[in-house]
Amino acid sequence: MWEVLQYDFMRNALLAGLLVSISCGIIGSLVVVNRIVFISGGIAHAAFGGVGLGFFCGFSPFLGAAIFASGVSLIMGAVSLKSKHRADTIIGVLWAIGMAIGIILIDLTPGYHVDLMSYLFGSILAVPTADLWLMLPLDGVILLVVILFYKEFVALSYDEQFAFVVGIPVKTLYMVMLGMTALSIVMIIRVVGLILVIALLTIPPFIAEKYTRSLGQMMVLASVLGACFTISGLWLSYAFDLTSGATIILVAGVGFFFFQVMDFIKSKGKSSGANRQ
Amino acid sequence: MANPMTTAPAIEMKGVWFSYDKSPILENVTFTLKQGDFLGMIGPNGGGKTTLLMLLLGILKPDRGTIRVLGEAPHQARRRVGYVPQNTDFNNTFPISVMDVALMGRLAGSRMGKRFSPRDRPMAEEALRKVGMWDRRNAPIGKLSGGQRQRVLIARALVTEPEILFLDEPTAKVDPEFESNIYDFLKELNRQATILTITHDVGVISRYVKSVACVNRTLIYHEEAEITHEMIDMAYACPVDLVAHGIPHRVLSHHGKE
Repeated sequence: MWEVLQYDFMRNALLAGLLVSISCGIIGSLVVVNRIVFISGGIAHAAFGGVGLGFFCGFSPFLGAAIFASGVSLIMGAVSLKSKHRADTIIGVLWAIGMAIGIILIDLTPGYHVDLMSYLFGSILAVPTADLWLMLPLDGVILLVVILFYKEFVALSYDEQFAFVVGIPVKTLYMVMLGMTALSIVMIIRVVGLILVIALLTIPPFIAEKYTRSLGQMMVLASVLGACFTISGLWLSYAFDLTSGATIILVAGVGFFFFQVMDFIKSKGKSSGANRQ
Repeated sequence: MANPMTTAPAIEMKGVWFSYDKSPILENVTFTLKQGDFLGMIGPNGGGKTTLLMLLLGILKPDRGTIRVLGEAPHQARRRVGYVPQNTDFNNTFPISVMDVALMGRLAGSRMGKRFSPRDRPMAEEALRKVGMWDRRNAPIGKLSGGQRQRVLIARALVTEPEILFLDEPTAKVDPEFESNIYDFLKELNRQATILTITHDVGVISRYVKSVACVNRTLIYHEEAEITHEMIDMAYACPVDLVAHGIPHRVLSHHGKE
């Protein structure tokens, strides 16, 4: 299996998978514990509007996605802070509008047949080296911000009201978190596509949460799990000639069910043991 | 000390109105609480007690009227106050130890982006010992019972070294023995800090508090540890409970309407 590494595209794919796993583990943990999975889904899909804009105006579709994702994350953040009770509806509307804008803009782009599949399901095998040089500093910024404000993020995630009372600027921190989520999502779209973003963002942290005792440990374990899923999925997709993004997600999905079943057996063993006593 | 901050009343509310959507929760609340007081806040469920607390913490903003806490706007005073929430069953799968929850209280004295200082851990330890949870310091918070969790949240609030401490039914879930424990050290803390606690327990009112306020849309304040007839007249649903619980007579004032 090692001979595949002689190909540049495979080496890039592996590196991209690792870089994405790091941001996925960190940001995914924040997404799961802060219950902003729906917002993240909204950001991922609305980002498609940016892809269309990129094609229409002739600049990088991923730059367009980054612009759209950041903008939408700010709007969704403001809405969820202001009108909590209808935030989910507004997020759903923005989700759909973003996608529609993307499709229409691509329709309007003359003489251009876009391979939509690569944006919907990712194209990890086509990551150019230049993209890796964008992913690396992004990981660095996310790591730096989370390390620097670790105790503040813990407080915000565990008990937002108390965090406010002890003087933490919770709204600013929340918006920073959403901004970082938006940029990570654009990175993840490169690997598994916008439809599958949520799975890679939530499955590793969801598993990690049960086996860790702090948010920091959860982030580390989620990153490691994400890397395992990405690399084994990538290898399987190469070996069996399958769509890489979907294969990575299925591997993660198998992991998800495996740990759920393990959990179930463990808790059953415990309760039947208690019954015997 | 001539500092107006320290001589200002603990709480000053003037003509405060608040509503969710269109239905008013609080109407024209006006009262002053001096520093060093120990206020027991009673009132029917849905009467606005917790909302009032949220206004004092700066989490909610009033529609009308002014609120001052220790002479400052609530959101400016927040680092000087402590808070124990009513609901302890939030985020129970969140991976965090008892010690780390208690340490969160030290955020009030620390700077953003800085590590906790060496002084912070001993303070968290002291508070956890006070509430009898030091032995469980490494346990995940979600594995504790509701009552134990409530003790940890009380420790967390003590660690903030508050000048004024707000508690929202702090003993709703703990066992009765520990309940009097909590109030004993709240009484001790009261020598340095003002305390405001929401409670349904009239026993607490008779034994620990210095003054009483009844909240049901508006607020009636009584500068002694008595439930007045006026409070009962204000559609306070508890007189039946009072009798049923067999409270000491001295809790109810004998003088009629003021």
